[in-house]
Amino acid sequence: MKNQIQLVYKDAIRDVKGEKLQRDAANFLQIETGKVKTVKIFTVLYDLSKKEIETFANLGLKDEIIQDAYINTFYKDHQFQTYILVAKKPGVTDDEGVSAQRTLNDILNLNLDVNTQHIFTQDMYLIKNRLSLFDLKTLAEQQLGNRLIHHFEFGNYRNEINYIPEVKINSDNNVKIIDLNISDQDLSLLSDAMLLSLNIEEMKVIQAYFADEKIRSQRQKNELPNNPSDCELEILAQTWSEHCKHKEFAATIEYENKETGEKQIIDSLFKTYIQKSTEVIQNRLKKTGNNWLLKVFTDNAGVVKIDDKSVFVWKVETHNSPSAIDPYGGAITGILGNNRDPLGTGIGGGKLLFNTNVLCFGSPDYSKTLLPGQLHPRRVFEGVRHGIEDGGNKSGIPTVNGSIIFDDRYSGKPLLYCGTGGVMPFQYNGVNSWLKPIAAGDRIIMAGGRVGKDGIHGATFSSAEIDENSPQSAVQIGSPITQKLLSDFMQEAALCGLIKCSTDNGAGGLSSSIGELATITGGALVNLDKVPLKYDNLQPWEIFISESQERMTFVVEEEKISELFQLAIEREVELSDLGCFTNDGFMDVRYKSKTIAFLEMEFLHNGVPKKYLKAEWQKLDLCEPKISKNLEFNDILLKLMQSYNICSREDVIRQYDHEVKGKTIIKPLMGSEGKAPQDAAVMRLDFNSFQGIAISNGIIPRYGDIDAYQMSAGSFDEAIRQIIAIGGKLPVLNDNSNRFWTVNDNFCVPDSAYDPVDNPEGKLNLAKLVQMNQALFDMSTFYNIPLTSGKDSMKNDFKVGKIKISVPPTILYSMVAKIDDVRQTVTSDFKAAGDLIYQIGKTYNELGASEFYNLFDELGANVPKVRPKEARRIYTKVIKANKFRLIESNHDISDGGLAVAVTESAFGGGFGAGIALDKFQNMDLNTLLFSESHSRFICSIKPENQEKFEKIMYDDAILLGEVISEEKLTVKFNEKVVINIRIKKLKSAWEMGLQK
Amino acid sequence: MNKSKKVMALIVTGFGINCEEEMAAAYRMAEAEANIYHLNDIFAGKISINDYDILNFPGGFSFGDDLGSGKVLSNKLKFKKMQNGRLFMDEIREFLDSGKFVLGICNGFQFLVKMGLLPDVGKNQQQEITLTHNNSTKFEDRWIYCKVNSEAKTPFLQGLDVFHGPVRHGEGKLIIKDDDIKNGIEENKLNCLSYCNAEGEITGEYPQNPNGSDLNCAGMTDRSGQVFGLMPHPEAYLSLYNHPNWGQIKRQNPKISENGQGLKIFKNIVDHINK
Repeated sequence: MKNQIQLVYKDAIRDVKGEKLQRDAANFLQIETGKVKTVKIFTVLYDLSKKEIETFANLGLKDEIIQDAYINTFYKDHQFQTYILVAKKPGVTDDEGVSAQRTLNDILNLNLDVNTQHIFTQDMYLIKNRLSLFDLKTLAEQQLGNRLIHHFEFGNYRNEINYIPEVKINSDNNVKIIDLNISDQDLSLLSDAMLLSLNIEEMKVIQAYFADEKIRSQRQKNELPNNPSDCELEILAQTWSEHCKHKEFAATIEYENKETGEKQIIDSLFKTYIQKSTEVIQNRLKKTGNNWLLKVFTDNAGVVKIDDKSVFVWKVETHNSPSAIDPYGGAITGILGNNRDPLGTGIGGGKLLFNTNVLCFGSPDYSKTLLPGQLHPRRVFEGVRHGIEDGGNKSGIPTVNGSIIFDDRYSGKPLLYCGTGGVMPFQYNGVNSWLKPIAAGDRIIMAGGRVGKDGIHGATFSSAEIDENSPQSAVQIGSPITQKLLSDFMQEAALCGLIKCSTDNGAGGLSSSIGELATITGGALVNLDKVPLKYDNLQPWEIFISESQERMTFVVEEEKISELFQLAIEREVELSDLGCFTNDGFMDVRYKSKTIAFLEMEFLHNGVPKKYLKAEWQKLDLCEPKISKNLEFNDILLKLMQSYNICSREDVIRQYDHEVKGKTIIKPLMGSEGKAPQDAAVMRLDFNSFQGIAISNGIIPRYGDIDAYQMSAGSFDEAIRQIIAIGGKLPVLNDNSNRFWTVNDNFCVPDSAYDPVDNPEGKLNLAKLVQMNQALFDMSTFYNIPLTSGKDSMKNDFKVGKIKISVPPTILYSMVAKIDDVRQTVTSDFKAAGDLIYQIGKTYNELGASEFYNLFDELGANVPKVRPKEARRIYTKVIKANKFRLIESNHDISDGGLAVAVTESAFGGGFGAGIALDKFQNMDLNTLLFSESHSRFICSIKPENQEKFEKIMYDDAILLGEVISEEKLTVKFNEKVVINIRIKKLKSAWEMGLQK
Repeated sequence: MNKSKKVMALIVTGFGINCEEEMAAAYRMAEAEANIYHLNDIFAGKISINDYDILNFPGGFSFGDDLGSGKVLSNKLKFKKMQNGRLFMDEIREFLDSGKFVLGICNGFQFLVKMGLLPDVGKNQQQEITLTHNNSTKFEDRWIYCKVNSEAKTPFLQGLDVFHGPVRHGEGKLIIKDDDIKNGIEENKLNCLSYCNAEGEITGEYPQNPNGSDLNCAGMTDRSGQVFGLMPHPEAYLSLYNHPNWGQIKRQNPKISENGQGLKIFKNIVDHINK
C-alpha cells in the first residue's frame, strides 16, 4: 500500500527556495523560469490506515501556519506549466525520510522499523514558464542535483509521480573462488576487472602466497580451497591500497638533483623526513623533561597533553576525489569522516571542539570547455561549501577558520582538507585515554549506521584517476544526525567505562577498522551475517569492505556488553556484535558459519611489496619580469583586494557556525562591523579557565611553481607566524610549562610515478615531493614543532583520454598551539586612532609567484625564502613585546604583501592609516608594497609604548606611520603620495571579489 | 523558596541538540545548579522535571532540521507517550501551572513555537506562529542587536534595553498565523525582542533583521512571562571575549566587566526565582 503526501506552501507565504531557484537560474544559466513553487513529496510504504495517514500528514509533517497537505491527491495550480522532480536514486541517504519515520512512530505511538527505508522524500519544483526539455534538464542537473545521485523527471506539469527509489538487488550471495594459476597478463586483467587497483608485482606476491605450501596446508586444515575467495582478494586490495598503506610515501626513491649533481637513495619519505623529524623533537623534549607529546602517527589522530586532566587530539585529512564528482556529498562525508578520527583515537569518545577547512578550487569564472565528468568550479565551490555547512553546523562543531585558494589547476580535482580537534579526559577509569588496549576474547562491536553498497572500492578509487565512468558507488551522502547520536552515545559510554577502545570505519570499512585493530592482538574472528544491512542481498565481501558512513567499531569486554547494549537502546543507536579478537595470527571472516576468508595477519599487513620510484630535479629557467615602477597604485591595490585569492570570504564564513560551544575567542572575522580577517583562530578549552588553543593553516601552492622546498618551508612559516601574530609563544625546550604545538601535514600531489608515455612529469613531480619533505624536516626540527599526524593524497589528476588536469604539488601545514590565557591574545584590527603602525620583519626583493605578479600574468623568479634564524629572532621579540602587552593589533603579511595587510587591519571599523615608506633603503615601491617576504607583520602600538617597544624590537620593527580617525589609506614614498584611497572603497572591492 | 537551596536548571539534550554545555555553563555562572539530561531519560521517568525550577531547551539541529526546524522534536514532546503513560506536554503544563519557567533558545525556541507553548495567545497550546527559512535562504552566523520591549512581562529580560549577541540559524523567520494572533501578541506585549540597529531602532533591514520576521520579532514570551523563547544565543555571549569586537571594547574601557551581556538573562531568571 502506497500513500503519497505533498506539502505545499500556502499562497500568501513567500517560497524563498523557489525564489532562489528563479534567481540562480537567471544568474548562472540565463534561464528565465518565472515564478517557482516548491513541493515536498513523501511516499510512505508502511501499511497505514486512512486515519493514520491523515494524522501523520496533518500533525506530523505539515507546518499548519505556512503549508497545506495533499494526501493521495495531487496539488494543482494551472499557472505552472512545467516541473522538475528531484528524487534520490536507490540507496542514497534520505535523512528526511528517516526523520519522518521516527516522527510517525512518535505521533501514533507505534514501533515501526525505522532502520530501513520505508518513507522516501522528493522535491518538486513547479515552474511558471514553459521551458524546453533542454532547459529543464540543464536546470535539474546543474542547479538542483547531481545525476550520479539524483533521479530527475521533468517536462510539462502533470499529476503523477510514481518513482520510488527502493533498492532491489538480484544477486546470489555465493562466495566465488578466484583461480590465481594464471599468466601475468591475466593477473593484471583480473586486478582491473575486479577494480582491485593492485599492480602486477602486488598480484604476483598474492599469487605466491596462495601457492605457498605452508599456507596451503593451513587452508586445507580449515577446509578452504587453495585459491582465494573473492572476499580474500578484496580484503588484500583494501588493506594494500594507497589510502591505507601509503605505498608511495613508503617507497624507496632514487633522487637525483641535476642542479647540484647530488644523488641520494631515500628509504621511505615518511620514515626519513616525517617520522624522523618527530623522533628528533621527541628526544629533545624528553631530555628536557617535557612530556606533552603523547601519541604520534600510530592511531587515527595525534594526541598531546593539555594538563593533568585532559588531552588534545586532532587530525586533518583530505577528501578530494569524492568532492570532484559530488561536491556536497564529498564534503559532508569528508567532514563527518574526519570527525570520526579524533573520536576514534585511543579509547575514543572525546568531545569535538572545532573544525577547520582549507579548500582549493578552479576559478569561479573558469571559462574552458568542461571535460566529460568535470563539474564547473563554481558548482564544486558551492557544493563543498554547503557540505561543510551541514557537516559542521548540524553536528554542533564550530568551523573556526580555514582558507580558500583559487587556481585553475584545481578545476579537475579540487582539494578539500578537513581538520577536527577534540578533547579527551586524561584518563577513563584510571586508564590513559590515548591508549588502545585490546586482549584476545574482547568483542568487536559495530555502532551507528547500517551497511549498504556505499563507497565500495572507495579506498582504491581514491588512488586511481577519475574518469567519466567512475562507479556510482563512489558517491555517498553523509548523515550528520546519525553521527551526532553516535558521537553523543560514544562520549557517554566511554565515560561509563563501557568501551575499551575504538576506531572509526572509513576507507575499507570493517575490513580496515577490524584489520588494523586486530594487529594489536594478532587476529580476529568476524561473522558478517551479524552486520545489520540497509537492504538485502549484499555479497559477503561487499559487507566487509563497504564504506557506509557514520559507523564506529568498538572493542568491548564481554562483561560490559549487556550494559553497553542497554545504553544504546536508550540512546537509539544501533549496535551489533560481530565477533571477537584472537591471537592466532589470522583474520578469520565467516558468513553463515562458513569461513570465507582466512588470511595471515603478517602477510595482510606487511606483505605488500615496496615500490621503487625515481625522482629527478632540474632547475627551472625563470627570470624576473619587467614591470613599470610608476604604476597607478590606487588601482593596483583595488585590483588586489578584489582578486580571488585575497578578497573577502565573509559570505562563506557566515554560513558556517563558527561559535557554537561558546568558546571561540578569535573568530575568522572581527572588529566593530565583523569584517576584519584574522590570522589564527583562538578558542578557550572550557568555561572554568582561560587557557586555550590557537589554530592556523599554512598553504601557498603557487610558490611551488618556482621552488618546492621554499613553498613547503614558507607554508610552515606561515602557519607559525599566524600563531605568533595572535600572541602565541614558540616551544621552549628548557621550559616545562607544557606549552604544546602540534602539526598535521597533508600532501596533495599530482601523479609522481614516472611513466615515459602516461606520466613523463613523474620524476620531476616526485623530486618536488622530496624537496617538500626536506623542508618539512628542516623547519619542524629547527623550531621543535612536531608533526603528530598527517595524510598524503597522491594522484590528484583528472584524466579524460589524453587530457589531464593535474593539481600543483600542494602541502598544507595545520598547526595548533596552546595559549596560556586567551584574554592576552591580539587581533589583527587597529584599535585606536593615534596608535603607531610598524612593519615587523624585513622586506626582500621577493615578488616571485606573488599576487602582484599574478595581476600581470607573470611568475617571476625570486620566490620568498624562509630565513629560519632571522624568523626565530623576530618571533621571539614579538613574544616578548606581547608579554609586556605592548602590541594592540598584529596581522601577518602574506598574499598581496604590506599594502594588503595594512588595508585589512583597517577593516576593523572606524579607522584609517597614514604610512610612509621612506625608511627602507634601496628598494622600489613595487617590492615594498607587494613583496610577500615571510616572517613579517603589520602591528600597531600605543604611542606611549614606543620607547619600550622599539627597545625590544630594535631594527626588526620599522615605524611606518599611524592609525588615523579618517577612514582612508594614505601611503607616501619619497615625500610623494602614492596611495590615497577611502577604506570604504577598498572594502567594497574586497567584498565584491567573489560576488562579481 | 528555601534560600539555602540553589535554583535548579534542567537542560535537555539528545537528538541533535548541541548547545547544552554552554547553557549549563551559563546557569552555573549565574550560581544555579545545572544538570544536562537526555530527553529519553525524562521519557523513561529517570528524571522528573518537577525537581527543577527552569526547564531549558537549548539550540542545535534536532533531527537535522528535517521536516522543518524543531518539527520532529516538537512532535515527540507533544504526542509521544512517556513510560508512565502520560504526555510530556501535560507535564510541562503542570510545571508551568506551578509557576515555574521554560526557556528555549534557537532550536529550542523553534520547538516551543511548534508545540504551541509560544506565544499561546489563546491559552490552548495551539500553534499560532512558526519559524521558517530566512528570506536570504541562508544559514547565517552574525551578531545582531535586539530591542527589548519595555512592557513585556518576563523576568528573563529585566533591566535590559538593547541585547547584543549572535544569531546562528537558517530558519528564524517568524510568521504569524493571522491578524487576530498578531493583535493578541501586540496587545499582550508578547513580542519581547525585536531586531534593531546599533542605535536601538527596530528595523526590517537586512542584515540587522537577519531573516525577515513578522514584527521584526526575535523573541517571544507567553502571557504569563514564564515561557520565553528567542533566536539569538545569549549562552554564546557569557564572556566579554565572545564579542567580535572585544579588542576595541577593552581598549576603550580597560576596566569593563569580563562577563558578556548574555549572562544577564540567566542571572535575571535565577535572581527572580531566588527572590
